[in-house]
Amino acid sequence: MSTNKVIHAIYNDDDILMDAVKKVRGAHHHIEEVYTPFPVHGLDKALGLAPTRLAITAFLYGITGTSVAAWLTWYTMIADWPQDIGGKPSFSWIENMPAFVPILFELTVFFAAHLMVITFYMRSRIWPFKEAENPDPRTTDDHFLMEIPVHDNEDELTSLLESTGAVEIKVVDKH
Amino acid sequence: MSGHYESSYREPLILGEKSYHDITEDIARPIEGKANKNWYIAFYIALAAMLWGFGCIFYTVGTGIGVWGLSKNIGWAWDITNFVWWVGIGHAGTLISAVLLLFRQKWRMAINRSAEAMTIFAVFQAGLFPIIHMGRPWNGYWVLPIPNQFGSLWVNFNSPLLWDVFAISTYLSVSLVFWWTGLLPDFATIRDRAVKPFQKKIYALLSFGWSGRAKDWQRFEEVSLVLAGLATPLVLSVHTIVSFDFATSVNPGWHSTIFPPYFVAGAIFSGFAMVQTLLGVMRKVTNMEAYITRLHIEYMNIVIILTGGIVAVAYATEFFIAWYTGSPYENYTYLSFGAEAGAYGWAFWSLMIFNIIIPQILWIKKLRRSFIVSFLVSIAINIGMWFERFDIIAIVLSKGQLPSTWWRFEPTFIDVGIFIGTIGFFFVLFLLYARTFPVIPTAEIKTILKSSGENYKKLRDENNEH
Repeated sequence: MSTNKVIHAIYNDDDILMDAVKKVRGAHHHIEEVYTPFPVHGLDKALGLAPTRLAITAFLYGITGTSVAAWLTWYTMIADWPQDIGGKPSFSWIENMPAFVPILFELTVFFAAHLMVITFYMRSRIWPFKEAENPDPRTTDDHFLMEIPVHDNEDELTSLLESTGAVEIKVVDKH
Repeated sequence: MSGHYESSYREPLILGEKSYHDITEDIARPIEGKANKNWYIAFYIALAAMLWGFGCIFYTVGTGIGVWGLSKNIGWAWDITNFVWWVGIGHAGTLISAVLLLFRQKWRMAINRSAEAMTIFAVFQAGLFPIIHMGRPWNGYWVLPIPNQFGSLWVNFNSPLLWDVFAISTYLSVSLVFWWTGLLPDFATIRDRAVKPFQKKIYALLSFGWSGRAKDWQRFEEVSLVLAGLATPLVLSVHTIVSFDFATSVNPGWHSTIFPPYFVAGAIFSGFAMVQTLLGVMRKVTNMEAYITRLHIEYMNIVIILTGGIVAVAYATEFFIAWYTGSPYENYTYLSFGAEAGAYGWAFWSLMIFNIIIPQILWIKKLRRSFIVSFLVSIAINIGMWFERFDIIAIVLSKGQLPSTWWRFEPTFIDVGIFIGTIGFFFVLFLLYARTFPVIPTAEIKTILKSSGENYKKLRDENNEH
């Protein structure tokens, strides 16, 4: 049998799915993917997914934004064309810094939020005109789909999945 | 079901016998069905108002700012009132989606999508006013720090008006991204249900090919949490900076250190009022009665009482301090005996009645759980909060330190027309949204069905599960 064959086990309840994931992993089968209509609490842990590092990227993007804002205010207000505006001369960045706090803050948030979301879109491969890849349209409604690769153990897997309460089991060729 | 336990003392957030599929059906129905007559009537009225407003904007730009009721003493009045009013309205959306997310308030899920839509549409309206007020809006890009042929002559980063540019554009763009990211799974739901090929194409495009993998959801939840953490200080900073427009100027009545917290509280107060106004109608029109319940209305009214109370204390402080200084100038500020007895006494009393007195009826539990009372009070607050900004601007500017400059602001029909136009534009956007977007976060609300759904709660009570 070819190795690009997969089993699609479909469940109609998140609690049954969670138990099934634990059982299948307990039987030492590799779960390729799980498609769910909503975030199932604890599913990532049950699947053994590593925690996401997106929050760390947001922090790094944020300090980048702060630095850009610091450079921008320094260059425009102090270095390139220092002016005396309203009796508040521009001598040094550190003396004028209190007036730049709003800009420092806003650009920090701007960079952190937008670059983190762009990173998320890139990592999860979602963008305009991207084709959806969920194998069954019901997985965005009320069904949950578990995808398991088959390695000459189709019957064994099928009976295992049946015992976990799957409402539908299909063997499909994955291209 | 033990993992979904929630105390039976808590009222259910989702009424009736609902399954996951029922939720999908309920939320998709207004999108897949045809609009009724009432929707068209409302849409055409809003569209007419919008076009009237656009006409007034073209007239202003073509002729000049002189067509407004401004003078050299009152250089901004009606327009900046509307700007602050619209920005303030926007704040409730972010508060609901970000602050309540951090506080794990599950009831926000029924209303956050629409409240965020309201935020974005309101900030659009707000942004129009400073741009029109430039007089030459095609030079609007001058507010950005772009190298130019004048030297380069840079923008002035010491100015609160420029802080506003950065705050409002960050706020608008971050809110938009937050909203859209939350929408992706729900667009995917509509996409996978669509039967018409064109509809399927459109929602496939809007959903960015969302597939709902376990890893995607893990990232999605992390991104939502971090965005909420970023949006919370952001929303506080935006109205703080808007208040700096006034507070950093040397004008009695404006030069006030309590402006930032007081403006933020007022913004949330008016924003929640607008959410009540919109949802009071929308829950009926789109048949969302099972999701937007009396409990949601009550919770929002509690926020209104709290923020309204903060606003009332701020007014009292301003009034007392103005009197206590003994400075004659302070007697012409918007909260003073001079204002109360002066030419703008009616505006002073409108502020007090609509903003302070009427909302107090929400202390009565029966009234704050009533849809019609909430709706009427929310209209009163919308009016009251408009008067707050009008009073701060028009009353203070009408009485400068030099009595020979005293002048009374009267709006022209262009001023009024542009304001009506923005209300029309806002409702055009909101009505289109209500017909084409999932108005309740479908995926998110499914996560609380088992803990807060009425039928699941009942089942747990019957089985005595604790």
